[in-house]
Amino acid sequence: MNINIKILSATVGICAISVSLIGQAFADADNDKLVVDGKVITTQAKAPADSELEKLYSGWRFRADETQSLQMDDFENPAFVAVDQAEDQFAMVEGKAGKSCADCHSDVTDFKGLRATLPRWNEAKGKPETLEHIINECRTDRMEAKAWKWEAPEMLGMTALIGLQSRGMPVAVKSDGPMQSVWKKGKDLYYTRVGQLDMSCASCHENNYGKMIRADHLSQGQINGFPVYRLKWGGLGSIHRRFKGCMQNIRAKPYKRGSDEFVALETYLATRGNGLSVETPAVRN
Amino acid sequence: MRLGVKTLALVVLFSATGISYAGNVGPDEVKLVDGKIAMSLTGSNGDAAKGRDIFINRKQGNCLACHVNKEISEQAFHGKVGPPLDGVAGRWDEAELRAILVNSKKVLGEETIMPSFYRLINGTRTMKKFKGKTILSAEQVEDVLAYLKTLKEE
Repeated sequence: MNINIKILSATVGICAISVSLIGQAFADADNDKLVVDGKVITTQAKAPADSELEKLYSGWRFRADETQSLQMDDFENPAFVAVDQAEDQFAMVEGKAGKSCADCHSDVTDFKGLRATLPRWNEAKGKPETLEHIINECRTDRMEAKAWKWEAPEMLGMTALIGLQSRGMPVAVKSDGPMQSVWKKGKDLYYTRVGQLDMSCASCHENNYGKMIRADHLSQGQINGFPVYRLKWGGLGSIHRRFKGCMQNIRAKPYKRGSDEFVALETYLATRGNGLSVETPAVRN
Repeated sequence: MRLGVKTLALVVLFSATGISYAGNVGPDEVKLVDGKIAMSLTGSNGDAAKGRDIFINRKQGNCLACHVNKEISEQAFHGKVGPPLDGVAGRWDEAELRAILVNSKKVLGEETIMPSFYRLINGTRTMKKFKGKTILSAEQVEDVLAYLKTLKEE
């Protein structure tokens, strides 16, 4: 209960308050080169023409050397435990149709390039689809097996394995055609201030990337490495899990994983990283 | 005890004097004029030692998340999103600092990333447990302010 106190405001004079605005966002991404198994993976790219960013940097460039090195060797990369399990899963018969993934997709390398184009428009369903949607559609419609939950270990492993096939390829997600309204919705969400702390995605990841927020180095929030093995999680996590964590930090009620809102935000963010390489499965802290 | 004081204040308020001497200024009653809030939100001075703790506490002020402050050198990892606060008391007066803490947007501009610590209207989708609540209480704002006033060294 608050009691009304009349405040005598003594200050009427015009005070020239010098607001010391700290200059433009300073992108102090480091200059390290990401090489995995002798293959160079580009971690910076020219920003698309309509981008608010001057240059695109993978989140890898904002991480400490110890974290970076985990991603430079697939034997060191802890995500590969799940990738190996997913390879077994790929050949495993499940569901009433008596099929495994491998019955239709003889080699997982057939999926080369897929990750780089997602989310995309699904004409038959009349809505956008992510890698999780595509995998579950196969499971329910063709294998007649149960759909996996968005964050199930099997789903994370399979999205990592399929994403890995596109590693090193440039992200090329469409924002035009039928994806335009989805993209626009994602953009609106990106710039909407949420939560008690009243911040948007842009507050940190567009206006302040490169700066430290306590012990954490703010990145551009690029999603080209998902699912990522996050040291804080001690395991793989989806893009939508990361969105959820960010919203909770701002004291906002997160949308649900797989919701139209998060699919739209994923779409918009993916296009903000068009030109960066797919890094799946990346390692972050 | 507190409730008693507030009740008394209400009586004073409704007895048409229009002025009460106890209780806090509510977040929707704060008079922010020309980038200043002249009077204490609680009617008294805050406690600088408590303010220092709130400044550090990640679930309260969490000011260190974004600001460097040499006076708290025992804590590692000071953020760099906002300006350093060393010597901040020399750059802004008390009324200005109070206004920035209460509603940063009205002083630093609508686009500032700095949260408004004593304002009810914030972003959309605020979590239920924080809905209708300010980030800091009136007392906590005054405590942080009392602490900031000690930061005179550049």
